[in-house]
Amino acid sequence: MDTASVTLGEALAGLDRGDWSSEELVSDLLARIEAGNGALNAYLDVDADDALSQARAADRQRARGERAPLLGAPLAVKDNINVAGQSCACASRILEGYKAPCDATAIARLRREGAVFLGRTNMDEFAMGSSTEYSARGPARNPRNPDCVPGGSSGGSAAAVAAGMALAALGSDTGGSIRQPAAFCGCVGFKPSYGRVSRYGLTAFASSLDQIGSLTRGVDDATRLFFSMAGPDARDATTVTLPLPAPEACRREDLKGVVIGVPKEYFPSALAPDVRAAVLAAAETCRALGAETRDISLPHTEYAMAVYYIVAPAEASANLARFDGVRYGRRAAGATSPMDLYCRTRSEGFGREVKRRILLGAYVLSSGYYDAYYLSAQKARTLIRDDFTAAFRDCDAILAPVTPSAAFRMGEKTEDPVQMYLTDVFTATANLAGLCALSLPCAMNADGLPLAAQLIGPAFREDAVLGAAAALERAWGGPTGWMGRRA
Amino acid sequence: MTYEARIGLEVHVQLKTRSKMFCACSAEFGDEPNTRVCPVCLGYPGAMPAMNREAVELTALTGLMVGAQVAPLSVFARKSYFYPDMPKNYQISQYDRPLCIGGAVAIEWEGREKLVGLTRIHLEEDVGKSSHFGTSSGVDFNRAGIPLMEIVTEPVLTAPEEADAFLQALRQMVRYAGVSDGNMERGNIRCDANCSVRLRGETALGAKTEIKNLNTFKGVLAALRYEIRRQQDVLAAGGRVAMETRRWDGETGTTASMRSKEEAHDYRYFPEPDLMPVAMAPEQLAALQARIPELPRARRERFCRDYGLPAYDSEVLAADKAVADFFDETARVSDNPKAVSNWMMTEVLAKLAETGRTLAETPVAPRQLAELIALVDRGQINMPTAKSLFATMFDKGGDPVALVEQEGLAQVSSADDIGAWARQAVEENPKSVADYRSGKKAALQFLVGQVMRRSRGRAHPQKAAEALEELLKG
Ligand SMILES: [Zn+2]
Repeated sequence: MDTASVTLGEALAGLDRGDWSSEELVSDLLARIEAGNGALNAYLDVDADDALSQARAADRQRARGERAPLLGAPLAVKDNINVAGQSCACASRILEGYKAPCDATAIARLRREGAVFLGRTNMDEFAMGSSTEYSARGPARNPRNPDCVPGGSSGGSAAAVAAGMALAALGSDTGGSIRQPAAFCGCVGFKPSYGRVSRYGLTAFASSLDQIGSLTRGVDDATRLFFSMAGPDARDATTVTLPLPAPEACRREDLKGVVIGVPKEYFPSALAPDVRAAVLAAAETCRALGAETRDISLPHTEYAMAVYYIVAPAEASANLARFDGVRYGRRAAGATSPMDLYCRTRSEGFGREVKRRILLGAYVLSSGYYDAYYLSAQKARTLIRDDFTAAFRDCDAILAPVTPSAAFRMGEKTEDPVQMYLTDVFTATANLAGLCALSLPCAMNADGLPLAAQLIGPAFREDAVLGAAAALERAWGGPTGWMGRRA
Repeated sequence: MTYEARIGLEVHVQLKTRSKMFCACSAEFGDEPNTRVCPVCLGYPGAMPAMNREAVELTALTGLMVGAQVAPLSVFARKSYFYPDMPKNYQISQYDRPLCIGGAVAIEWEGREKLVGLTRIHLEEDVGKSSHFGTSSGVDFNRAGIPLMEIVTEPVLTAPEEADAFLQALRQMVRYAGVSDGNMERGNIRCDANCSVRLRGETALGAKTEIKNLNTFKGVLAALRYEIRRQQDVLAAGGRVAMETRRWDGETGTTASMRSKEEAHDYRYFPEPDLMPVAMAPEQLAALQARIPELPRARRERFCRDYGLPAYDSEVLAADKAVADFFDETARVSDNPKAVSNWMMTEVLAKLAETGRTLAETPVAPRQLAELIALVDRGQINMPTAKSLFATMFDKGGDPVALVEQEGLAQVSSADDIGAWARQAVEENPKSVADYRSGKKAALQFLVGQVMRRSRGRAHPQKAAEALEELLKG
């Protein structure tokens, strides 16, 4: 067994065959974390004893003949998803020492299916960022090249999976926070449709955009985790009761009869040539698998960033208001009044980017500005959604780049927030429209950095995205095949 | 110069639901601080609201009762402001798309019926309760998340007493429909008032102030009286009333400025993304329509019409739903509704007031009260016996017919028995006899009392008086 490259599905098959135990899997991962995390800072907290005891419990269940789809499978979890008894600080000083009182619904479902929760992965504070450089616990690094960022905000999860320190990880995606780090680190990043996976227990950033998803080494692992987590939840009113797609439809071998749209707005002149080449090569593979590719237009794409950076901060400004030092988390010393307590606690507790977005959000919601910003953004959001609705009348899925370039260098964009924001330009549209989308590694560039393609599917048609990704991955020689491809 | 006031009220009514607005915590009053809380109502990271459908229905029911338009689709919104008793530092409320629009509450004012127009009724969650202890403060979040219905009137009330009449009518209605306990001491009804004053005859409203912290009906009256006087004095002295929020201080009996218009909060409302819009289908509204009870006014009219009660009786009996229900059931099985009304208004209400119990907590059934009255009407027991019997029924329960039998309380009307007691009374009280014969007719009452005592209360009082008069004549 090599935990550095084995997929979750292979690890589970090995557990079923008795090739290894969950305890061995977890010990092996813990050893790799011990050796590698110092350089990458992918994990914030790992409780080795707790992880091992969960693994042993799973092994005992297995020995008793019990079976569950993920029995003994170790998962890393982004620091904004509640796992009972574990830290859940969103990589922020304001939640230093905060322990989750209960499991998020997604975690409870994975736990019921036998998963083992290994540790907490690094992220941009409160998921606000695209490089994991805005973590209060220090930046994470890209395992393919430590001088580069792993992407963000789920950068710790992507780095852990790519570096062999996790078989699979959970992340959250508000504007690309799963897909962009997956593209930068070379793993499969899947964001289900909005409403498919309960957000209960995911510390909210932007409630109308957030969605829990996975970062894995292969497409089948993404499918596996999706089916374990998805489904309606009475504790999240925005989850839907629509039936889940058929699992077979998520495991396609060819793309006969499938129409793939290629939107021209996603291939601007500023797009890095290697990214363009990788995505167009993926389109070629789609055709070779029997798909028809069709040039399409999503005309309101140009408004996506403006809309995203109004809606997300607006919602965040309210969501983060609860961090005030009154009930839990950090409380500043020496306060003389409630207002003083808020000011001190929040000044000390939040980082610069978080403060920037709270201010931005409070501003666009202010009386006198609401119509010009928030309301206009909601109207433009409807237009963006309508673009996709129209496009999906003619095609089953859309193929596009995930990011304008491969992973950028540490520090390159931290002083220029707008440049940092623009790295979400191709991903935020799926969140604004509530669609499902997946980042699939396609090739390595000349610098040895991963290049990825994005598949976007209609809302609640995860099969369209997972099925196409499975066929592409297979065509390239399996989960590690992309590493041998050049662009 | 004469001035006139215009008052609008924002009334917060706690709904009577088992659980809170957005979580499964109990909505019961009381208990140790912070024991009825969970991650949702404490605003923990990751917690999300799950809507209490019963709260929505009670609000819509109220809307239907006041003839409001219940919106087919209404929207929750976040209202942001920082305060220690606010778990999330935003309150889930409704803003531009409330559950109910318009409607009116009928009140009695200046001897006539007046309809007080409503602007809207919306649904929101309550906040916690702060307490201050010397150098520290605490917050109890048991109340946080309890469903609140906010009822906003048009600025059409003209006097503090009219505002009071509106609140009384509203309270009566929500209690009737089981929408709220309507208990002011427990903070079930709280109120803010907008108040302005203008010269009589002017058409535009004067500059208004908003008065906060009106937590008792008496407080509303006193605060409005004070505030109207204050504004009149400002205007009479040639000044201008400042648009501001003022706080009522029940201790000093005054209002004081809390914040000016410039310092007013910007609540930064936006639609709550964690909740779907609330849909109200026509079938649901029809089902709610069927839940509307007979309201106090209709009931008063029916009591007058069907039972032949005077208006005064109907008003007293209809004021409280439990009392009205009890009367209704008793009167229905009684041959003497007016007697039932008298019993309700005297013995029953007095006993309830004396013991602090509710009708539901007493063992007396309407049928039993009707039987008791029938026993009196048939002359089987006299009134003093009936009253003491009722006290027994109220305290310990029991069937009046059986009790009369067991205790031997049946009224004695036989001329032999009464004659014997009367002769004894005359023999043993020569002074009273002399008094009576010398023209002091009141002495007869004393002698009747003696007969009653000898009969252990069972003698027919009228027959006893007749027997005595007969003896004394001779
Ligand atoms: Zn609760």
